[in-house]
Amino acid sequence: MNTSETAVTTEAAHDDHDHPSDAKYIQIALLLGIITAAEVATYFVDIGVALIPVLMIMMVVKFFYVASWFMHLRFDSPLFTKFFVAGLILATTVYLVFLTVFEFWSKG
Amino acid sequence: MSEAATTEHPTNTGISHNKLAMWVFLGSECLLFGALISTYLLYRNEFHTGPAPGDIFDIPFTSVSSFVLLMSSLTMVLALSALKRGDIRNNRLWLLTTALLGALFIGGQVYEFTSFVREGLGFTTSPFSSAFFTLTGFHGIHVSLGIVMLMSLLISSLRGNLKEKNSETVEIVGLYWHFVDVVWIFIFTVIYLVPNPTS
Amino acid sequence: MTDTAVETTRPIGVYTRPKGGGGWRDWVTTVDHKKIGILYGATALVFFVVGGCEALLIRLQLATPNGTILGADTYNQVFTMHGVTMIFLAAMPLAAAFGNYLIPLQIGARDVAFPRLNALSFWVFLAGAIFLNLSWVLGGAPDGGWFGYAPNSGIIYSPSVGMDFYAIGLQITGIASLVSAINLTVTILNMRAPGMTLFKMPVFTWMMLVVQLLLVFAMPVIAVALFLLIFSRQFGANFFNTEMGADPLLWQHLFWIFGHPEVYILILPSFGIISEVIPTFSRKPIFGYEFMVFSGIAIGFMGWGVWAHHMFASGIGPLSVAAFSLSTMFIAVPTGVKILNWLATMWGGKIKFTAAMLFAVGVISMFTIGGLSGVTHAMSPADTQQTDTYYVVAHFHYVIFGGIIFGLFSGFYFWWPKVFGHMLSEKLGKINFWVMLVGFNMTFGPMHTLGLQGMSRRIDTYSPGFGFELWNMVASIGSFIIATSVLIFVINVIVSAVKAKGQPHCGPDPWDARSLEWMTPNPTPEHNFDEVPVVESLDEFWHRKYGTDEEGRIVRVATAEEVCQDGSATGVHLPSPSYWPLVFSAGLPLVGLGLIFSLWLTIPGGIMMVGSLFAWVFEPVDDPDGPHGHHDDSEETATEEAPVV
Ligand code: HEM
Ligand SMILES: [Cu+2]
Repeated sequence: MNTSETAVTTEAAHDDHDHPSDAKYIQIALLLGIITAAEVATYFVDIGVALIPVLMIMMVVKFFYVASWFMHLRFDSPLFTKFFVAGLILATTVYLVFLTVFEFWSKG
Repeated sequence: MSEAATTEHPTNTGISHNKLAMWVFLGSECLLFGALISTYLLYRNEFHTGPAPGDIFDIPFTSVSSFVLLMSSLTMVLALSALKRGDIRNNRLWLLTTALLGALFIGGQVYEFTSFVREGLGFTTSPFSSAFFTLTGFHGIHVSLGIVMLMSLLISSLRGNLKEKNSETVEIVGLYWHFVDVVWIFIFTVIYLVPNPTS
Repeated sequence: MTDTAVETTRPIGVYTRPKGGGGWRDWVTTVDHKKIGILYGATALVFFVVGGCEALLIRLQLATPNGTILGADTYNQVFTMHGVTMIFLAAMPLAAAFGNYLIPLQIGARDVAFPRLNALSFWVFLAGAIFLNLSWVLGGAPDGGWFGYAPNSGIIYSPSVGMDFYAIGLQITGIASLVSAINLTVTILNMRAPGMTLFKMPVFTWMMLVVQLLLVFAMPVIAVALFLLIFSRQFGANFFNTEMGADPLLWQHLFWIFGHPEVYILILPSFGIISEVIPTFSRKPIFGYEFMVFSGIAIGFMGWGVWAHHMFASGIGPLSVAAFSLSTMFIAVPTGVKILNWLATMWGGKIKFTAAMLFAVGVISMFTIGGLSGVTHAMSPADTQQTDTYYVVAHFHYVIFGGIIFGLFSGFYFWWPKVFGHMLSEKLGKINFWVMLVGFNMTFGPMHTLGLQGMSRRIDTYSPGFGFELWNMVASIGSFIIATSVLIFVINVIVSAVKAKGQPHCGPDPWDARSLEWMTPNPTPEHNFDEVPVVESLDEFWHRKYGTDEEGRIVRVATAEEVCQDGSATGVHLPSPSYWPLVFSAGLPLVGLGLIFSLWLTIPGGIMMVGSLFAWVFEPVDDPDGPHGHHDDSEETATEEAPVV
């Protein structure tokens, strides 16, 4: 949290200029749609042991694109990213430990 | 009047109170959905004598509604970018489209729930069923609240109150909307697509 | 909802904002962080007394073997409500009281980021508190213990409506905590006076920031746990139904994932308070400010990795036990750092043992005892002997009472003149401290022995002949000595107020204090600062009073009167009061009662909530007729109300 250097900074975080164009948004939506199609395809095509890792990677990519482009995290104040990522990381680790204590992974 | 005062007053961080509050809230929501998802995962095998997830999920159907929700995120950003250009007409159009896509998703969920109940999966059938309906129900309530917010935006726009200078309000509703979408991206993969136990 | 900013451009006649106008109206419609702080404090003190009376009932029942004052069933209700009341209705809101009152002052702001939401937090909390206590007359109080373990909390083992009140009541107070946490987080990050970087903030504000972040991330976890419980009890969900293969440990995990951060939510405000008190009365800056801050952050962080130490006896498997044992031992380190820092602050200082300072030193010593017995639970073999005995009761009262309540009392004595413009009697304050210290150790010290002798926690009575008689009697006598000390405090409050009547207010700086809140007159004027100060250093106020001479000695350069503002500014733009937080909050218990008794009741409750939300949205941000005109150029900290959610 180094956003505090001095009290009244100017509107540093409000840089509307480099916001992406509508075309860019549509491109990203297309990409997301294609990934979703690929995800659904795994339900019909057997890809063996690669299935779970591949699904996870596609999920993370979709998540990342929505968060960084549609939610503007890549253009906005890093403070927002910090709060969101803090929540995400905390939730992921705490609940992974939680499931581990329940021996979830060996139960399948 | 000073309705936009908070965005015009420089703050320590240079960001508005409202937007920061929304992000803090979304950080908090991660823990909420995390708990619901973990509870579900813990119980996905505990279907007792009722239907198992693998018996009952209709992947093609859910894929379509997932796609619908995903596209509503696109229309949401388009609504915002229209307003930022001062294009009120397109702003209204995209807000309405987003709300309709959300409603379509909710309609799909209602259909899914009723058909599950018909196939013997009630809320009290098994730990799996309770956890499933609780998780997806919470997500559905979030989407519904989002629709209410979008409609309020639309109404204030029709009353002539949603102008370029209010774009932050739309942005904040958008943040909530995208978050709910992102949660569904997670649910769709982890709950539906990862191979499910059958009975 | 979030589109308020849009709607408010066109104020609608019916929704003009209340004008205040004095008396009770001022209080129910206020959005002033100071008034809300006082409301929090007064309410929480009432519930502290309620919880205290419940404790006295427990001790009366246990004073002698085969006690007959409470039946077994009533006993369960009394100890459950004692725990719930003390934690959720006394300790947490007391911290909120200090936070609300002091944070804006300590960072040089005129209010919090969202004044109406702040009022909402208080009223929702009050609604939840009343709702919980209504259970006494509406079919029985909660009886499953403050941590409500499943399946004991389920409909089969707890058929009365008590646990429904517990689940819904805590859900309501949880909303209050979450809203307030978001509000204060934004306030601290966004509204600091010019020059006040994060590392120039007072330690109290820092600790409160950590607490708010813990709340933000921990409240949703208990919210989910409580939803699962409500759904199980109300709608027959199977989350804890072992017959269908559910695992009741699910509740324990969720509860303690919230619960351990919660103990830091409870203790860190007290740590913050004494970190202000000790430097002031040692006449030295806090030793190792950065260590103090970072250890607070570290505690907040590590607090997420130790929850299963509450479950060593639950059968979570040897590997988990070992891992959580280890992580628990590590978390003692940052706490130790804090204790050493306080001692080092006092070391070589010119210590003045005021009542506030006595309570602060009380925290250090009593909390250390509690911390040490806590480390003995970290060793899981020892813990399996101690768990569910009075040893644990002794341990957590040393941290909770010795660490938290003593700290809050230290804060009362320290900031009373700030809030009310007159001092509490120091003489009575010192008596208050010593009586409480003696009573406290007499009550909870012997419980260590009782626990090691094997006396179970949560038993409504015991037979003679186990050797429990003596120490139980001592503990019960001790509890009445504690009650006496609280009575002395109440007398002090009344006597001091009566004496102060008609007298001029105490001077601006009664303690020769260090931080920004003392730059405003006592009591604080409605607009806080005449002129928002520009901050140059940690302990800004002190640095404006003292400088160094050629030989580097500290010399006084200005009197407090010269440094303090006189509070005479007029026409400062302040947020207008509002009815809607109160109306919204009053709807919540109706919905709760509806869920328990008859769904019809949810209708008026729902209408009140939805209606007031809309009214809130349509309400003009400021009373158009209210005082306007910016007095100074402090735009950057003026507290325009930010309407959201
Ligand atoms: C007059 C002061 C107090 C006395 C005499 C007292 C006494 C007791 C006793 C004897 C119990 C054990 C009941 C049992 O297990 O059967 C208990 C439980 C408890 N106390 Fe206190 N207490 C006092 C103050 C406090 C305070 C200030 C707090 C918290 C801020 C607190 C929090 C709790 C909690 C959480 C429990 C556990 C309840 C449960 O088992 O569910 N107590 N108290
Ligand atoms: Cu703990």
